[in-house]
Amino acid sequence: MNRRSFIVFVSLLFFGTALAIDPEPPLEDPAIESAYRELINEVRCLVCQNQTIADSNAPLAADLRREIRKMMGEGASRAEVIDFLVTRYGDFVLYRPPFQPTTWLLWGAPVFLLGIGVIVFARILRVRMKQPLEEPNSLDEMTL
Amino acid sequence: MWRYLIPISGFVVLAVFLARGLSLNPRYVPSPLVGKPAPEFELPRLKNPEITVGTRDLAGNVALLNVWATWCVGCRQEHGFLVELAEANDLPIYGLNWKDNRSIAMSWLSSLGDPYVASAFDELGEVAIDWGVYGAPETFLLARDGTVLYKHIAPLTREVWTTEFLPRIIAECGTLPCPSVGSE
Repeated sequence: MNRRSFIVFVSLLFFGTALAIDPEPPLEDPAIESAYRELINEVRCLVCQNQTIADSNAPLAADLRREIRKMMGEGASRAEVIDFLVTRYGDFVLYRPPFQPTTWLLWGAPVFLLGIGVIVFARILRVRMKQPLEEPNSLDEMTL
Repeated sequence: MWRYLIPISGFVVLAVFLARGLSLNPRYVPSPLVGKPAPEFELPRLKNPEITVGTRDLAGNVALLNVWATWCVGCRQEHGFLVELAEANDLPIYGLNWKDNRSIAMSWLSSLGDPYVASAFDELGEVAIDWGVYGAPETFLLARDGTVLYKHIAPLTREVWTTEFLPRIIAECGTLPCPSVGSE
């Protein structure tokens, strides 16, 4: 790959990170503004389901951003906003769904698979440790 | 023996999960509103902005609330069927005109027919958020006491009407046309 195509390739990697832009100025309190930014990056846009509402330019995403911004500007907490969204759209709007019976598999699977990996790894190690070293160390041979 | 069984069982488990995953419709997001009281709203009417339409108008009837917009292709698709339903006059159909342009919406109704008792004009989409609307057309079936009985996302067809709506309406009303509380 020559230098120019490499640069093009690397810039393409960053192509998907564009954010939707709202006309409103940032919220006055920088702490609330950053809480707002963090939250909209965790809410799924139901129109374009693999985007967060922070990424999406869909009209519904803009409406939800406006609504969340309004609520947080009026002092609503993160938990209140999440509750507001979940009662209307269900858990699916959250990129981090809560741990409950329907999501046990989702949250548990990585731990379970890691456990299997550890067991397999331990067994392989144990078998290998029982095997004698095949090649004697050449330095030891020289001292003999 | 285990040497062969483990990869095969791993493959089977994975295949079952993937087959299930592929056969699900990711567009189908069950509404948390079903079985709960419908969100209250009051909005200006589309055709007559001085008067409002809202929860009070729906109360006492088994009714449909249909979310529509002129920019929505599926809404045009189902519109003919809604007009037919309105002619059958089994239950009142209310509209929620979502993020639309008033004059375009009014000319759409005058050229394609108006199946709605009244349409609420939700220019900013705020009531739509309360109702968990994310993709028009959506149709809510509401009980007399204002409970959401069912929600259908996608154009309403005769098939959906017969299989999903009618059984629920008959369970609720007993007979068709559905008597309202006032007429009992």
